[in-house]
Amino acid sequence: MSDKSEQQRLSVFKTYKLYVGGKFPRSESGRVYEVTDSKGKWLANAPQSSRKDARDAVVAARKAFGGWAGATAYNRGQVLYRVAEMLEGRRAQFVHEVADAEGLSKSRAAEQVEATIDRWVWYAGWTDKIAQVVGGGNPVAGPYFNLSSPEPTGVVAVLAPQESSFLGLVSVLAPVIATGNTAVVIASESSPLPALSLGEVLATSDVPGGVVNVLSGRTAEIAAPLASHQDVNAIDLAGADEVLAKELEIAAADNLKRVLRPQPVDDWTATPGIDRLTAFLETKTVWHPTGSLGASGSAY
Amino acid sequence: MAPASASAFEYAPAPESRSVVDIAPSYGLFIDGEFVEAADGKVFKTVSPSTEEVLSEIAQAGEADVDRAVGAARKAFEKWSALPGSERAKYLFRIARIIQERSRELAVLETLDNGKPIKETRDADLPLVAAHFFYYAGWADKLEHAGFGASPRPLGVAGQVIPWNFPLLMLAWKIAPALATGNTVVLKPAETTPLSALFFADVCRQAGLPKGVVNILPGYGDTGAALVAHPDVNKVAFTGSTAVGKEIARTVAGTRKKLTLELGGKGANIVFDDAPIDQAVEGIVNGIFFNQGQVCCAGSRLLVQESIQDELLDSLKRRLSTLRLGDPLDKNTDIGAINSAEQLSRITSLVEKGAAEGAEPWSPECELPSSGYWFAPTLFTNVTQAHTIARDEIFGPVLSVLTFRTPDEAVAKANNTQYGLSAGIWTEKGSRILAVAGKLRAGVVWSNTFNKFDPTSPFGGYKESGFGREGGRHGLEAYLDVR
Repeated sequence: MSDKSEQQRLSVFKTYKLYVGGKFPRSESGRVYEVTDSKGKWLANAPQSSRKDARDAVVAARKAFGGWAGATAYNRGQVLYRVAEMLEGRRAQFVHEVADAEGLSKSRAAEQVEATIDRWVWYAGWTDKIAQVVGGGNPVAGPYFNLSSPEPTGVVAVLAPQESSFLGLVSVLAPVIATGNTAVVIASESSPLPALSLGEVLATSDVPGGVVNVLSGRTAEIAAPLASHQDVNAIDLAGADEVLAKELEIAAADNLKRVLRPQPVDDWTATPGIDRLTAFLETKTVWHPTGSLGASGSAY
Repeated sequence: MAPASASAFEYAPAPESRSVVDIAPSYGLFIDGEFVEAADGKVFKTVSPSTEEVLSEIAQAGEADVDRAVGAARKAFEKWSALPGSERAKYLFRIARIIQERSRELAVLETLDNGKPIKETRDADLPLVAAHFFYYAGWADKLEHAGFGASPRPLGVAGQVIPWNFPLLMLAWKIAPALATGNTVVLKPAETTPLSALFFADVCRQAGLPKGVVNILPGYGDTGAALVAHPDVNKVAFTGSTAVGKEIARTVAGTRKKLTLELGGKGANIVFDDAPIDQAVEGIVNGIFFNQGQVCCAGSRLLVQESIQDELLDSLKRRLSTLRLGDPLDKNTDIGAINSAEQLSRITSLVEKGAAEGAEPWSPECELPSSGYWFAPTLFTNVTQAHTIARDEIFGPVLSVLTFRTPDEAVAKANNTQYGLSAGIWTEKGSRILAVAGKLRAGVVWSNTFNKFDPTSPFGGYKESGFGREGGRHGLEAYLDVR
């Protein structure tokens, strides 16, 4: 037996970074915080984002909005499906990270990751269907044609759920971007690593830079400037506790952001309805005269 | 615009009779099916904006009254929500029919209390009010097919606060979907226009609506604030100013109350060089002078392509000179009175600011009546995007004219506002309509028409014009637990 095989190989640690505007910056503040597993063992130093990081992420998300919202729904569906393909390839990595993050056995973590990938696929299929389900023509009583169509709200700040570091994260993020919004996501405060790794997947999955931006750090600290930001159109408070949620909802009223209050979720693995898709959609109704080609009939 | 004697079109007065409506000297609050005095005995007067004549004395609801009304609505909710949808539907159909039967009376009443022309209450407000009740009546027994799950549930007691610009129509927009979905309501009409809501209470009586299902609480802003803040209200619906809307959003923060807001606007009406000019002029006039411009979705910013500016403005000014301002009960009147002294002074001060900032005002020759609240139709040229009159909602018969050269510039200027309620596009080119409509950040886009409403069509804003939709299938969502 050689010495080499008896020796434990020294593993290569990963420097976890934020994902903003398609790039992987460290926090501009230069701060990091310790991320540990459920038993308190050190896993990594995650970037501790500042207010400035949050504002930079909004700028990136706004810049990306026009292109992403303007892409065809078919194209968005393809891009989302591509993310699922890449996730499948990195399955082992995420099983490992989710197991560490949530203190799960390998098999339970695998179930979570599989459900997450399937969830992503589910939303990928919605991009070109939601408009037919929630939009349509309206039978107006007059010589007009009008059509109501859903449109993305804009830049959405997403406070990812604190407990479900990957399935919960994807369950709140995917519907936001499936409908053409762009997102600034705050990862689970204590378990941010799966979210930061998701950024690496998104970067290699044809998702345009800036469509999803992932920040890690103290949820309350990062969420405050997002809730009061005048160029953020909506906020999902899934990862906020009751006190923080109220504070943020009050701040969000300043520019009348659409607010999705924290919704109790008993079972993240259950197939969601379309509420999270419609929460960040506007309805636009376009009218046009039809003219009248000899139509006749009583008015009542 | 008292017609100049030189005009070829002299009109004899054609007043609608006000004898069809019998206004009592005083009205109470409508709580649990009864008219009652306010707990603290407070009252206020409602006047006719066109004459300043006192029409009636109205009980003013305070906190104790809000509490009573919410209690009555809560009690009524149990039975009302348990009724088969088909039975609720029949009550709403009855209401729709009674409104049709009494529409002349209600139109005259609305004109007296609000100041808007009888032509509009008779031909726009009242038909739409009845249509909304008809439309939502039909949903009451079909909710499981509305796309909100197999058994959508009502929310409970809805607290609703409505504005003075379309008093009865806004009531219909709020009450019809709320009742169809099985909620009960406490509604606060505006302090300057409480009468038609109180007449509606009588319509409910005639329809045999169970007590407590609809409660009407006239009052000022503090009444509305108490209603919105009441802990036993499950749903808040508000139509009014953006500033108040933000305040309400803060009030309901951290609660489970569902909120929808229909707020202000600064709609852009975009006219391209290939637009049919005469139709566009009619659309511009309708867009900003309908209801004296006191419309949240008014087309208050005219964006005209530079190459046709002169032609369009000449045509528009000529058209404005034919508008007739005066007695709202006269069937020939196009422009009625401004709703209140307060609103008149707001319009006046914004118009003065517009002139002070360098924009050029123009009004047709126009004689204003000596009593009442009046403002001549006004348009401003030389307006830039930085001007207050191009940014703030004026809510009066005042049009700001801006120009553009390319479609991209038109879109950029149209979207350069905190609001996002409505927009108009005038062009003969279909592809341009669709391209521009797609890029506008507004909840309603009218192409080659303006200010069209229909109960089947969702209405509501983007950005700071509020959230949620009223009308159509979408309008049901605001009153259902869709989770």
